[in-house]
Amino acid sequence: MDYISNFISQYGALFAQGTVDTLVMTLASTLFAYLIGVPLGVLLVITAKDGLKPQRALNTVLGWIVNIGRSIPFIILLVAIIPFTRLVVGTSLGVPGAIVPLTVAAIPFVGRMVEQSLAEVDGGLVEAAQSFGANTWQIVCKVMLRESLPSLVRGASITVITLFGYTAMAGAVGAGGIGDIAIRYGYQRYLGDVMIASIVLCIVLVQVFQSIGDLVARLVDKRVRRS
Amino acid sequence: MIQLQHVCKTYGEGENAHHALRNVNLTINDGDVFGIIGASGAGKSTLVRCLNLLERPTEGAILYDGRDITGLSGRALLELRSQVGMIFQNFSLFQQRTVLRNVTFPLELRGEKGEAARKRAMELLELVGLADLAERYPSQLSGGQQQRVAIARALANNPKVMLCDEATSALDTRTTASILQLLQDINRELGVTLVVITHSLPVACKICNRVAVIDHGRIVEEGATAAVFGNPQSPVTRELLANDDMLAAIERDAEKGQEG
Repeated sequence: MDYISNFISQYGALFAQGTVDTLVMTLASTLFAYLIGVPLGVLLVITAKDGLKPQRALNTVLGWIVNIGRSIPFIILLVAIIPFTRLVVGTSLGVPGAIVPLTVAAIPFVGRMVEQSLAEVDGGLVEAAQSFGANTWQIVCKVMLRESLPSLVRGASITVITLFGYTAMAGAVGAGGIGDIAIRYGYQRYLGDVMIASIVLCIVLVQVFQSIGDLVARLVDKRVRRS
Repeated sequence: MIQLQHVCKTYGEGENAHHALRNVNLTINDGDVFGIIGASGAGKSTLVRCLNLLERPTEGAILYDGRDITGLSGRALLELRSQVGMIFQNFSLFQQRTVLRNVTFPLELRGEKGEAARKRAMELLELVGLADLAERYPSQLSGGQQQRVAIARALANNPKVMLCDEATSALDTRTTASILQLLQDINRELGVTLVVITHSLPVACKICNRVAVIDHGRIVEEGATAAVFGNPQSPVTRELLANDDMLAAIERDAEKGQEG
C-alpha cells in the first residue's frame, strides 16, 4: 500500500494532467472530424452510382481524397503537415498542435464510417420517403441519418478509440498526454511502473469509451431485438 | 383518371437492353380498384413505379386527369408524389420513429408539424384501428399492424390515388383478408382510387373491379375482373389460373394432411 500511495503522490498529478490532455485531444479531434466527416460521408453515399444524386466525377474525386488521406500513416501525416498546423493554430506543439493533425487524419476515416452506416439503411425506406415527395435533403436528414443513428454511434466509438491510439503518437512529438508519459518516463527513463500504469490507464479509458458508446447506441435504437 | 399511353421502360442499351415495359396502354378510372397481375419479373413493379415517377418511362406518356406528368421535375414532381399514396410489400416503416411519427412523416415533409399534424395522424390511426398503438415503434407490431400503419401514412396527404405494391404478399391468409377489407373500405368510403399490384389471383378477385394481366412487359389482357377470370382470352391468363388452381389443390392437400 505504501508503494501505491508513494506512486500516486509522485506521479498522480502527472497522470491527471496527461489524462486530461489525452481526453481533450481525443474528443476535440473527434468532434471536429465529425463536423466535416458527416457531410463527406453523406456526399460519398448520395453521389454514388446508385445514390440519390449520382455525380460520377465528384464521387471518384472524393473517393481518391479519402483513400489518399487514409493511406498516409499517422506518424508521417503528423510531421508532414506541421506548416499547415502552424497556420491553423499558431503552433505545432502541445494539445492544440496535436488536435489539427488528429482531425485531418480522422476526417477520411469518419467519412468512410458514415458512408458505411448510411449505406446500411434499407433502400425501401428511401424509396418510401421519395414516394411521399421527400427531397434529397429531407431523405438525408429525416431518413438516412436518423435510421442509421445507432450504427453512427457505434462508428463514433470506434473513431474515438482509434484517435485515442493516435494521441500516443502525437505525444511522441510533444503533444502531452498519456502516450507522452509512457514514452518519456516509462521508456526513456526505464520507469517500469510508470509504463505499466500508463498501459492500465489506456485499457481502462478504452473500456469506458466502448461502454459509453454501446450504452448510447442501445438508447437511441428503437428497434426491438427479438432473441 | 390515369391514362398510360404507349409507355415503354428500357434498362440499358443495345444488346444488353432489358425491356421492362413494352407499349403499355391503360386507363384507370376514378374510384377503380385496378389490379395489375403478373408473375415475378413481368414488369408490374416497374409499371406501378412509373405512376409516381419513381421510375421514369423511356417513352410514352402518363396522364392524370388529362395532364401529362411524365416530364415533371423538381417541386412539381414532389408535389405530384405527395398526392399519390403508396404502400409496400415490406411495409417500409421508419424503424426509429414511433407509429404516430411514421404517419406524420408525409405531413412533416410539407412543413406541417405540431398539434394539427398530430390530430390528423390520430384520425388516420383511428381509421385503421391502431390509435392505441400510436406511441409504439414498428418493430413492436405484427406484420398486419405494420401494414395498417403504412396505409395510414399513405393517406396522410389525402391522396386521390393509392398505389399498393404487393401489399399483402408478406402476410398470412387471415391478415391478408383484413388488410384487403380495409383497402376496400378506403376505396368506398374515401373514394381513393387503388392501383393494386399482385401476383395473387385471390387478392385480385377479392377487391379489384378491373384487372390487367402483364407478361414480359406487355399487357396481354384487360377488363372487368369477372370477365377476365371467367373467360380468359390470353394463354398467360389461363396459365395463371391453372397455376392458381394447382396451388389451391396443394394447400387443400396440406390442410388435409395436417388434419389426418
